[in-house]
Amino acid sequence: MSLAHEEVLSHPDHDIPLEYSTEDGVLKIFGFWIFLATDLILFACLFSMYQILHLNTAGGPTEQDLYNVPEFMAETLILLVSSFTCGLATLEMRKGHRGALMAWLIVTVLLGLSFIFLEVREFVDYVGRGATMQRSAFLSSFFTLVGTHGCHVSLGILWMLSILYQLGRRGIQAITARKVFIVGLYWHFLDVVWVFIFTVVYLQGVMH
Amino acid sequence: MALPGYVGNAPTSFFVTGDPMIYASDVLIVLTVIGIVFVLTYYKKWGWLWREWLTTVDHKKIGIMYLIAALLMLFRGGTDAVLMRTQLALPNMHFLEAEHYDQIFTTHGTIMILFMAMPLVFAMMNIAVPLQIGARDVAFPYLNAISFWLFFFGALLLNLSFVIGGSPDGGWTSYPPLVENPTDPGPGENFYLLALQISGIGSMATGINFLVTILKMRAPGMTLMRMPLFCWSILATSILIIFSFPALTIALALVLIDRLFDAHFFTMLQGGNPMMYINLFWVWGHPEVYIVVLPAFGIFSEVIATFSRKRTFGYSSMVASMLAIAVISYLVWLHHFFTMGAGPGVNTFFAISTMCVGIPTGVKVFNWLFTMYQGRIRMTVPMLWSIGFIPTFAIGGATGVMLAVAPADYQYHNSYFLIAHFHQTLIGGVVYGMFAGLYYWWPKMFGFILNERIGRWAFWFFNIGFYVCFLPQYQLGFMGMTRRIYVYPAGMGWTALNLISTIGAYLMAVGFVLIVVDILYSIRYGERDVTGDPWDGRTLEWSLPSPAPHYNFARIPTVTARDAWWVMKGERKRGEVKRELEPLEPIHMPNNSGRPFILSVLFFLGGFGLVFEWYWLAIPSGIGVMVCLLLRSLEYNMDHYIPVSEIKRTEAALGRS
Amino acid sequence: MGLVVSIVLTLLALWVVQAHALSHAMLLAVILVLAVLQIVVQLAFFMHFTESAGPRYHVSALALGFVFTFCIVAGSIWIMTFGGTQPY
Ligand code: HEM
Ligand SMILES: [Cu+2]
Repeated sequence: MSLAHEEVLSHPDHDIPLEYSTEDGVLKIFGFWIFLATDLILFACLFSMYQILHLNTAGGPTEQDLYNVPEFMAETLILLVSSFTCGLATLEMRKGHRGALMAWLIVTVLLGLSFIFLEVREFVDYVGRGATMQRSAFLSSFFTLVGTHGCHVSLGILWMLSILYQLGRRGIQAITARKVFIVGLYWHFLDVVWVFIFTVVYLQGVMH
Repeated sequence: MALPGYVGNAPTSFFVTGDPMIYASDVLIVLTVIGIVFVLTYYKKWGWLWREWLTTVDHKKIGIMYLIAALLMLFRGGTDAVLMRTQLALPNMHFLEAEHYDQIFTTHGTIMILFMAMPLVFAMMNIAVPLQIGARDVAFPYLNAISFWLFFFGALLLNLSFVIGGSPDGGWTSYPPLVENPTDPGPGENFYLLALQISGIGSMATGINFLVTILKMRAPGMTLMRMPLFCWSILATSILIIFSFPALTIALALVLIDRLFDAHFFTMLQGGNPMMYINLFWVWGHPEVYIVVLPAFGIFSEVIATFSRKRTFGYSSMVASMLAIAVISYLVWLHHFFTMGAGPGVNTFFAISTMCVGIPTGVKVFNWLFTMYQGRIRMTVPMLWSIGFIPTFAIGGATGVMLAVAPADYQYHNSYFLIAHFHQTLIGGVVYGMFAGLYYWWPKMFGFILNERIGRWAFWFFNIGFYVCFLPQYQLGFMGMTRRIYVYPAGMGWTALNLISTIGAYLMAVGFVLIVVDILYSIRYGERDVTGDPWDGRTLEWSLPSPAPHYNFARIPTVTARDAWWVMKGERKRGEVKRELEPLEPIHMPNNSGRPFILSVLFFLGGFGLVFEWYWLAIPSGIGVMVCLLLRSLEYNMDHYIPVSEIKRTEAALGRS
Repeated sequence: MGLVVSIVLTLLALWVVQAHALSHAMLLAVILVLAVLQIVVQLAFFMHFTESAGPRYHVSALALGFVFTFCIVAGSIWIMTFGGTQPY
C-alpha cells in the first residue's frame, strides 16, 4: 500500500507481468501465498483427524460401502481439468486477451459448478443411505473434510464470478490482473487439496 | 440428561440470575454504558469517535486501541485471579461455590492468554514495528483494522457470557468429552468456542500482515540483519501464528460441530476420540506460548541495549536462537499430555525435544547479561522490568525442564507445581515484557513520559508480590494440591502456604492499581516529550516526533547499519555528512473505512446467534459478512495522496524541517 | 502439458490401487508419492511458483509450511496410534 520504494516498481518494464507492476500487487500476491500456507495447515489437521477416525465406523457404513470409483474419478477429473483451464486463463491474461481470459474463466466456473453438483449428489446419496454425519466418527470426519473443501470451491466460484464482473467493467489492468492471478492460485491450491482427498479418502478407502 | 437450570440444551433464563455478585456487575455494566453514552453525547464526540477511531486504519491508533482493550482485559482477568485466591486463602471457604469457581478459572485463563496477552503483544507490534523498519504503515492497513475489530468483538462475546447465558466452565483448555453436550449443556461453552474462533481469525490475519510487512516493507538499506531485534521477534512470532492458529481453528470448529450438529469427533460414543482434541489443541497451544513470549524477548533486547548504551551483545546468535525456538516449538506439543501415556518412544522424543528449547533460551539470557556487562546502565522503569524478568524467567525455565522429564511429570501434572511454573513464565516473561514495552514506548504513543517514581513503586509491589504468590505454589504442588480445586480441607498442611500465596496476589493487585494510577497521574502531570527521543534511543522510531505524524516518515530514511538512529545521531554529532535533504514528495496513504467495524459487528451477531442456536440471526449475519467482503472487492478508490504543502505544514508544526 | 501429466498421475494411482499388486503399506506409500508429484505439477505448471518481485520469500514460506504440515500429520498419527502400536 504505502511503501518506501514505491518508485522502483511503478514504471514497469515489459518483463514484469501486470499483476506485479504495483507495490500493492506485489504485497497482496505474497500475502496470499502466506494465506495458502495457513490453509494448508488447516487441511493438514482435518486430514490427520480423518486418518485417525476413518476406521471408527461404530457399526455403521464403512468406506467400502460408500465410495464409488466412477463417481469420485469423475469428480477428480473435472477438478483437474478446471485447474488446467484456470491456468490457461492466467496465460491469456498475460497476453492481454480479455475475451479469451473471460472465456476460460467461465469454463472454469462451469466445471467448478459441475464438481459441486456431483459432490452434493454424492452427499445426498450417502445421507439417503443412512450415512449421516451423526452416524459415526468416520462419517463426521468424512463430511467435514470433504465438505470443507467443497465450501472452499463454492467460495472460489462466487469469487470468480465477482472477478468476471469486474473484468467486464474494467478490463485487464493492474488490479484486475492481480485478482485473476490470486484467484488462480486459490483454485490450483484447491486442486492440490483434492488430489490428497482423492488419495487419502477415496483411494485408501477402496483398497483392501 | 438435562442438568438443573436447563431445558434440553437451553438455559431456563436468558440472563444469568441468582448470584448477587452478578447482579452487582449487571448494574455496573448498565451504569458504565449509560455513562459513556452520556459523555459522548454531551461533548458531541460521536462523530469524532467514528472518524478518528472506529474507522481508522492507522497502525498507531490501532495499537493504542489494542492497548486499552488489553489493559481492561487484564483488569477483568486479574479480578478473577484475586477472587480465586481469596477463595483459596483458607480451608473450607464458601466465598465462591464450585460452579462459580469453575467459571472463574476458565474465564481467567482464557482471557489472560487470548484477550490480554495476545492483544498486548499486538499493541506493541502495531505501535513499534512499522516505525522501526521505516515504513508508513503495515502492508495491509485495512486488514489490520479488521483484525483489531474481530479481536474486540470476540472479547466482547466472551465477556458477555458473564451476564447473558452463563460463562464457560470447562477450563481454558476446554477438553472434551467434558465439554460435549451431555455433560456441559447451555450456551457457556459455545461462547468460548465462538469468541475464540472470531478473534482467532483476526490473529491469523495479523500474523500474515506483519510477516509481509517485515519482509517486504523495510526502508532502503535495512537488510534483515540490520533489523532491530524486536522486529525479528515479531517475524518469528508471525511465523508461529501463521502455522499454528489453523490447528486451533480446527479443534474449536470440530467441538462446535459436535455440539451444534451432534457429530462424533470427540464424544465417547460412536467411535469419537477425545484425545485427538487434546492433540490438536496443543499443536496450537505450545506455539502459542512462544507467540506471546518471543515479542517480550524482543522488547527486553531493545530496552536492555538502550539503557546500557551498548549494542546488543551477540546479535546474530539472538536472531538464530529466536528462529530455533520458533521451529523447535512445533516439535514439543506432547509435553502437555505426557500422562495420556502414548508410550515410551513418543514420550521420550517429546521430552528431549522440549529440553532442547532450553538451549536457545539460555543463549538469549546470557546475551542480555553480556549486553549489560560494562554498560552504562540507567535504572529506568522499563529497565527494572527487564532486569526483574531475568531471574523469574530463569526459575520458570528451570521448573519447565523439570516438567519436561516425562516420568516425573506424572507427579507434577495438573498440580500447583504446574500452575506456579506457567505463571512464572507467563507473568515473568510476557507481562513483565509488555510492561517494559508499555513504559518504553509510552512517550512515542502519547507524547509524555510516565512518572518514574510511581512506576518504581508499582514494579516493586508487583515483583515482590509475584514471588510471594507463586513460590509457595511449587511447594503446594509437591504436597499434592491439584489445580482447579475450589476448596480444600484443613489439616492437609496447605493452609499457611495458601494464605501466603493469597497475600502475594493482593500485592500484585496493588502493583497493577499503581500502574493505572501512574497513567492517570502522568496524563495530567507527566513530563512532555518534546525531542521525540526521551531515552536516547537506538532505533528509527526515536527519530520521529512523539507522537509520530500519521504518515510516520516525511522522508523515508536510508539505513546504513544496525541501530540506525544511533548511527545517524553519531554522524550528526561529529558533523559528518550533512546530506542534502531530498525534496518532499506526496505521500500515498490508505483511506479510512467503516467496513472493518461493521464486518466485525456482523461476525459478533453471527457468533451470538450460533451460541444460542438462533439461526434466524446467524444466517443473515453470515450473508452480511459475505456482502461486506464483496463490497470491498468492488471498491477501487482505496487510497489518497497527502500533498507536499500539507506535509510541510505538519512537519513545521512538529518543529521539524 | 500440465494437464496431461496430472491426469496420467491420477490414473496411475487408480490403477495401482485396483491392481492389488502391492501390500497395504507399500500401496499407501506409492499413492502418497504420486499425490506429492501432483503438487509439484501444479506448482510448476500452473501456479508460477518461481515468479516474484524481489526475494522469493514465498518459496521459503511454503517450504516451511510443508515441513510443519508433515510434522503435524505424522506427529499426530504417531501420537494417536500410541507410537504405532494401535491400528488406524
Ligand atoms: C495477578 C496475577 C495472577 C494470579 C494471582 C493468578 C492466579 C491464578 C489462579 C488462582 C488460577 C487457578 C488455579 C486453579 O484453580 O486451577 C490460575 C489459572 C490460570 N492462569 Fe492465572 N493468575 C495470574 C495471572 C495470570 C496471567 C498473566 C496469565 C497468562 C498470561 C494467567 C494464565 C492462567 C491460566 C492459563 C490458568 C489456567 C486456567 C485453567 O485451569 O483452565 N494467569 N491463575
Ligand atoms: Cu508447551
